[in-house]
Parts: sequence; structure tokens; C-alpha cells
Amino acid sequence: MLTFNTLVGVCLLYVIMLFVVAFVADKRARRSKVRFLTSPMIYTLSLSVYCTAWTFYGAVGNAARSGLEYVTIYLGPTLVMIGWWWFLRKLVRVGRSQRVTSIADLVSSRYGKSNLLGVLVTLIAVIGTTPYIALQLQSVTLSFAVFARDRSAGWIIPDLEQTAIWVAGGLALFTILFGTRNLDVNERHHGVVTAIAVEAVVKLVALLAVGIFVVWGIGGGPQGIAAAMEQAIQAAPEGAWTLQGGRWVGLTFLSAAAFLTLPRMFQVLVVENVDERQLATASWAFPLYLFLMSLFVIPIAVVGLAILPKGENPDLFVLTLPLYFEQDGLAMLSFLGGFSSATSMVIVASIALATMVSNHIIMPIWLSTRLGAGASEYRDARQILLSARRLSIVGILALGYFYYRISGGGSALAAIGLISFAGVAQVLPAMAGGLFWRGASRSGAVAGLITGFAIWAYTLFLPSFGEAGVMSASVLAHGPWGIEALRPQALFGVNGLDPVVHALFWSLVLNCVVFVLISLLSFPSPLERLQAAQFVNVLDHSGPARGRSFNAATSEDLLVMAQQVMGSDQAQAWFQAQAEQQGKQGYLPDTTPDFIGRLERELSGLVGTATAHAMIAQILGGAAVSVDDLLAVADETQQMLEQTSQLEAKQLELTTTARQLSEVNEKLTQLSIQKDAFLSQISHELRTPMTSIRAFSEILRDGGASDPAAAARHASIIHDESVRLTRLLDDLLDLSVLENGQVQLYPRHEVLHEVLDRAIAATSSVIDQEKMHIHRNRSDEGVALYTDTDRLAQVFINLISNAAKYCDAKGKRLAIRVRQRGGRLQVDFVDNGSGVPFESQSMIFEKFSRLSDQAAAGGAGLGLAICREIMDKLDGSITYLPGQSGGAFRVTLPVGSHSPFGRTWPSDINHL
Amino acid sequence: MTRQVLVIEDEPNIAEAISFILSRDGWSVSTHASGTTAVQAVRDAKPDVLILDVMLPGKSGYDILQDLRSADDTRALPVLMLTARGQKTDRELAERLGVNRFMTKPFSNSEMLTNLRELVGG
Repeated sequence: MLTFNTLVGVCLLYVIMLFVVAFVADKRARRSKVRFLTSPMIYTLSLSVYCTAWTFYGAVGNAARSGLEYVTIYLGPTLVMIGWWWFLRKLVRVGRSQRVTSIADLVSSRYGKSNLLGVLVTLIAVIGTTPYIALQLQSVTLSFAVFARDRSAGWIIPDLEQTAIWVAGGLALFTILFGTRNLDVNERHHGVVTAIAVEAVVKLVALLAVGIFVVWGIGGGPQGIAAAMEQAIQAAPEGAWTLQGGRWVGLTFLSAAAFLTLPRMFQVLVVENVDERQLATASWAFPLYLFLMSLFVIPIAVVGLAILPKGENPDLFVLTLPLYFEQDGLAMLSFLGGFSSATSMVIVASIALATMVSNHIIMPIWLSTRLGAGASEYRDARQILLSARRLSIVGILALGYFYYRISGGGSALAAIGLISFAGVAQVLPAMAGGLFWRGASRSGAVAGLITGFAIWAYTLFLPSFGEAGVMSASVLAHGPWGIEALRPQALFGVNGLDPVVHALFWSLVLNCVVFVLISLLSFPSPLERLQAAQFVNVLDHSGPARGRSFNAATSEDLLVMAQQVMGSDQAQAWFQAQAEQQGKQGYLPDTTPDFIGRLERELSGLVGTATAHAMIAQILGGAAVSVDDLLAVADETQQMLEQTSQLEAKQLELTTTARQLSEVNEKLTQLSIQKDAFLSQISHELRTPMTSIRAFSEILRDGGASDPAAAARHASIIHDESVRLTRLLDDLLDLSVLENGQVQLYPRHEVLHEVLDRAIAATSSVIDQEKMHIHRNRSDEGVALYTDTDRLAQVFINLISNAAKYCDAKGKRLAIRVRQRGGRLQVDFVDNGSGVPFESQSMIFEKFSRLSDQAAAGGAGLGLAICREIMDKLDGSITYLPGQSGGAFRVTLPVGSHSPFGRTWPSDINHL
Repeated sequence: MTRQVLVIEDEPNIAEAISFILSRDGWSVSTHASGTTAVQAVRDAKPDVLILDVMLPGKSGYDILQDLRSADDTRALPVLMLTARGQKTDRELAERLGVNRFMTKPFSNSEMLTNLRELVGG
């Protein structure tokens, strides 16, 4: 006699057993002894999460209502598995190479890491899966209820809803414990998968046991069953058991699509796949499993219909038949089978959904609130991520529970399942298009998904709440606002289709059309194009995805790689230290995950995280390097290139500076040479008069010339040379002051002819002595000046006395001509001598450039240099005029009030 | 026997001073002011000793000395060089070119006489 306590106790024991299985498997996986976990059988059995309570209980119900139609639900996955080479292989390869964590991640990753798509697929998955989870809660609760009703004398379940809460809570706990114990980069859950495999066996054994009992225990063998079938077909309502071609094709396609797009199926098919070769085995083993699962569905259905009282829920025949015949053990097994079906589905689905919700919704939000946070804060991310996962699991189960409460648990299991299937199938175009069509674009995927999902919600999901639900009966019957074309279950006037097929048809067709059209019209981003190539051509450039088996990677390969990065000696020392830590001799430590992790960190410091990860991943031969990795590597490379180019720029700068320095150095050397030359010149100029002075003074001291006239001449030479010396010193000082710009100018108003008069007066002695004639045109000289006229006069004096001294004509003449041109005053001094030889013209304004053969004239060669400095300060100029009849100089001056007086002139290093 | 001395000096006052000093000491003095024609002047005058200024118009005293030292008839001519640029390099250059005596302006009259006498061996 089964009591409630027994039932709960058995359930608890069963769950504890699953715990142990999962725990051991996890532990072995962590110790890298994953061999038995990589067995294709475990993989195949884990695929059985496809067979939920709907399949376990609902298939019989379906068969009882619609005959063989339930087979379509198995047919779809079977076709997918048989054709694995064309689609599944590629899907798994992409999933592995891109390290995809969920179907939302796959779609988002394919379309340029679009988080919008991630969110969209996550929402579709959550909404599509919620009824499914509700269905599992419903079936478990119903199965409890079956026992309660039959044993009302012994025990009763006080409240079905409370049972559902307990079941949901328990499942949440189990999922959290094993689905979120730790974070695996690949989102693999060895423990859970193993537990699921055990449950798959329980399911199969339970259903087979019930089937065998029904066929041979009570049905009278195959003949009896055949007879019961005849009877059932006749008893069934007209047409219920006849094959409807459209519905068959539709449902087969739907189950195939759902097999690929259901989050939990994607989780076990792709994410939990450890080795691509598992697919080959699963391609025949899983259809076999499905065949066995469906083998006794019809017998149980027809026997149930024949034996059990009318009105008995066919969905529970699997349970009620053994109970009817008081087979408590078998009933218990059957109950555990259903329990297994429900729990495995809920666990895997909630893990898959939690990954999607936390990765695509919660984490982006959390990260956006942490924008700009330092790296240290991101260390919390792991903890946050785990919390987000746990929260998501609780939330998803809560959603399922509330759907169960709202829908009232009344609908047939199969109907709910098909609604879910059709919802998640909307992801198929984006997924398949992404795998096979490079032209598929993000915009197209988004638009297609939204279109398909909206139509699904409008034509199937919302009407599923019943006429009292979201949509009123009138909307269902006549369309919104009475528009017949928009009737949810007869869109565009397409009548007479089964609601599921109708919804599937319109949602997927429009989904595809919009997806293709928008894809053709939009331009994908570069990242999208890159990802498209990676996805579509994944089979061309990647080897079969093998397990990231640490044992497969030899330490030696890692050492060789590390040597290239770290340098030979350092790498060897580091490996030796690691080996020593593991208690090993030599240079080759075991490639434990711990060691791999440390090596990755060590290399990260040298080549960057992404590069290090990519390098190790390459050697371990596990997950191929993803685009993410490559982009990160490219990013790092970019940074290095930038640094390099910065270095190059700096080097260029240094080269330029060095060149400038050497130029300056050269200039300084040049200046130093010039200075030496100048000092040498000064020395010469000073020593020359001193020589005469000393020589004649010694002559005088030693008695002098006997001739008084000669003595007088000697004395006068001494005198003249002293004067010359003094004048030289004066000139030098004058020039020095002018050149250093420290000269003070005293501008005043004066008319040009007055300045010329003064200059001629000052040179009258030499003019007289040289008998030079000066020609002036006084009428031109009435120009008003505002300048330092003393300095100007100094220039004039110099030019006039030069002319007097150097003019070599017989009758010396000097013409002074004044002109105004373009706001400037020109004063030309032109004599009738032979002028300055052409080759000397460029030098005459330099210091000590006295024309040597006229040294006797007594100048020190500084006069014109001084003139040039003065005219420069007066904002004017002095130039030699070639091509005149004789020596000719032109002095120009600005006329008018503007003048630069009072300015301080910068010292010029070029002039000592 | 009167010693012949040629003074090549472009500064007239200095040339006059040297002439006076040497004449008073009993030398036969001739002067020449141009560098360009100095070598020819030496050949023409055939002096016993030459006083040569460095800074001469047209041709420097060094060039003249070099020319004299490379010609057979003047190779052995004793030369006293005078310069107003009394730097060490000037003296070195002159000695390398084969000068006999080197004096910096301004000079002592008696020292010049001493040098000249030594040069002509008397």
C-alpha cells in the first residue's frame, strides 16, 4: 500500500540519488577524469530531455485522442538526428568554436554580438518555455493527484497548488545546487548531464515496463492490442484518428524545429557537447531511444481506453493503468519515470534560460551601472553572475508556476507543448540563416524574429489563455474591430487550418520573408560580416571539435610555446617550479586545470589576456580560437603597434633633436671661429698703431733723431697713431652697443638739409684736405624727419669722409641726391671715383673690411659696419649702389611719424 | 760692408720706424708695401736679411715665405717675421714654413736689432 509519505520518501530518495550521481560526476570532471563523461551514450541519453512529461504522459493522451499523430513529435527529432551531418554538425562546430553558451548567445554572436538579438531570443525563449515548465509542474502535480484520489482513504493531498509550489521549489533548489555551483567558461555541467542521463534510463525503463505489463499483462499480447485498436478507432469521434496530411507535415516540421531551438535542447545538443564525434553515435542511438519511448504508446492508449472508466484522463493512463490493477511497484516506477521526465526538463531548461537571462539581460544592466569601474570591481562579477543565475532560475520556475496557476492546469498537455514549440521555432530562420547564408544580417534577424514572435503570440499564445483570457470571444471569432482578415486563427482569410499549423505557417513564413528581405536590404557591420564568415564557413577552417581534454595537451608543447613567450630559461624555471609544486621531477608538470590557469595568467602578463588564452587554447586543441579571441588579440596587437609607432615617433623626435643639436653645435663652432677671427682682427687693429707708437717712442727715448724736423715728425706719428687707437676703441664700443641692441635712440624733428649741413660741417677738414667738391640740390632736401638725427648724421659723416678719403678721381666730386619713393626717403652719395670693385661690394659692410690697399686712410674698417647697424636701428637701410659712375651709397629712411624708437633690440649672437 | 735689409710692411708708419732704426744702426734699408709683388722685390733687392709682415695686401707673409723657401735663390735667405696677430698658431705656422725669427708687434727696437744681427752672423 503506497502512502503519501512513501511516495514523498521515494521521491526524496530518488532526488538524493540524483544528487550523488551529479556530485560524483562533477567531481570526476573537475579532476579531469572525464572519459566516461565524454561517452556518446551519456550524450545520447542527455538528449532525452526532449522527452518531457508531455512525452511520457501526454503521448498516450495524444494517441488516445488523435491516434498516430503523436509520432510526429518523435519524427521531427529523428529526421534531424539522421541528417546530423548537414545541420547539427555545423551547429555544434559553431557552438564549440565560438564558445557559445546558449541559443541566444549563438544568434547574438552570429549577428555581430548584437545584444538586442540576445535579449530578443532570451525573451522568446522565456515566454516560449514558461508554458512548458508549467506543463511539467502540472504533470507532476497531476500524478500526485492520481495517487491522492485513488487512496483517498489512506491519504489526501491537501492542496494541489501547494504541491506545485513544493515541486517548483524543490526543482529550483536542485537546479541551483548543480547548475550554478561554479562557473564554467564553456557553460558545461557534467554533473547535471550525468543525472539527466540516469533519469533518461529511468524514463525509458518505466515506460517499457508499463508497456510490457499492458501488452502482455492485461492486453492479451499483440493480437489483443490489435483488437483493442480496432475497437478504439470505431469508438473515436469521426475523423479523430484519420491522418491529416497538413497537420502531420506541420507537426513534424515543428518538432524538428523545436528540437533545434528549444533552449534546453540547444543546451544538451550544443553547449554540453564535449566531442563532436558523439553526434555520430547519437544520430542512430537517439532515434532508437525515441522509438522505444513511443513503442508502447498506442497499446497503452487503446488498452486504457478499453479498460479504464470513461472520462478517465488519457494523459495519465501510464499511471492509472498500473494503479487500476493494483500494481503499486509498477505505478511507483511509472511515477518516477514521469517525475524524471518533468525534473530533467525543468532543470536543463532553467539552467539554459538562466544562462541566457543572466548573460543577456542581467549582466549587461549590471555592467552598465558599473561603467568606469576599476578592474578590481570586476572581480565581483563572478559572484554577481552566479547570483544572477540563481535569481534567474528562481524567477523562471516562478513564472512557470504562475502560468500553471493562471492557465488553471486544464489544458491537454500536448496542446501546451505545441504552443511552446511554435514559439521557440521562431528562432529557426535566424539560426539556420546565420549558419548557411552569409548575407543574413542583424536587421533581418531582428525584424524576422519580432514578426514571427508577434504573429505567434497573436495567433497561438494569447488565444491559448481561452476565450475568457486575453482575447475576447468576439475577437477570436470576428477579428479585432470586426476585421475578418485579422482573425487570430484565420489570418488573411485562411480558414479551415488547424490552429497550430495555421499559426506555425503564418508566423514562420512571414518570419522568413521579413528576415530575407531585410537582410537583402541592409548592410551588415564589419564585425557582423566577420562573424558571418566564421559561422557559414566553420566547417572549412576548423577541425572537429574535440573535448578540451587536458591530458591530450602535452606539457612539452606548452613548454615550447611558453619558451617563445617568456624566454627559454625563465620558461624552464617556471615549469620546473610548477612540476615541483605537483611533487614531480623534471620540467613537465601535469596539465591540470589549475596549472593551465596559472600558465595562462603568467603569459597574460607578457602577451595580454586574450592572446594568452588563444595560444593555450590552440595548443590544448579544445575550443578553437573564437572571433572574440581574435578580435581581442587584434586589439592587443593594435595597442602594441600604437606603442611601437609612439616609440618610432619618439625616435624620430630624438633624431630631429640630435640633428638640431648638431646644427646648433656647428653654428656655435662657427661662431667660435668667427669670434676667434674677430678677436684676432681686433688684436691686429690694436697692435698695429701700438707698434708705431712703441717704435717711435723708443727712438725718442734713445735720443731720437738728430734732425729736429724728423723728431717732430716722429712725435706727430705717435700722436696720430694714438688718435687712431682711440678712434678704433670708440668705434668698437659703438658697434658693440649697436649690435647688442642696447643703444638708446633720441628721435627728434629735424629737416633733412639741416642734418646734411651738420654732417658736411663735421667733415669739412677732410673735404678741404682732399679738395672734394660736394653737389647738393637743396630744394629736394626740405624733408621733415622724425628720427635720431645725430645717428643719421653719423652715417652721413662716414659716407662723406669715406668719399673724400677713397675717391681716386683727380677732381673729387660728391653728389648728394635726395628722392622720396613709396613712403621712403632715399639719400644717395655718389662720387666720381672708380668705386668699389665688384668682388668687394658684398663685403664692405662687414667689420674690418677696409679695402686693404687704402689702409693708409686710417680707418679701422668699422665705419660702414656701424652705418649699417645705425640704419637698421632707424628702420632704414644702407646699400652700395652698383653701376653708378663712381662709388655710390644709398641711405633709405621711412618718412612719416611711424618709427620704432624706444624698442629694445634683441641681442644678436651672430655679432659676438 | 753694409748689410742690406728689405722691409716688407704695408703700414707706412711702421715701415718708417723700422727704416729709421735700422738706418741708424748702419743697415742699408729698402721697403716694400705690397704683398703681391713682394717676392719679385726680394729677387730685385737681393737683401742679406728680410723683415716680413704677415698681414699684407694681396698676399700674406706666409705665402711669400713659402715661395721664398721653395725657390733656390731665396731658400737660404734669413727672414724675420713680424705679426700683429701674436697667437701661438701663427708662430707655429711660420716656423713650419722655415722662418728664422718671429716677432710679435709691438716689438722692442733693440730686440729687433739683436735678431737681425744674429741672422746675418755679425
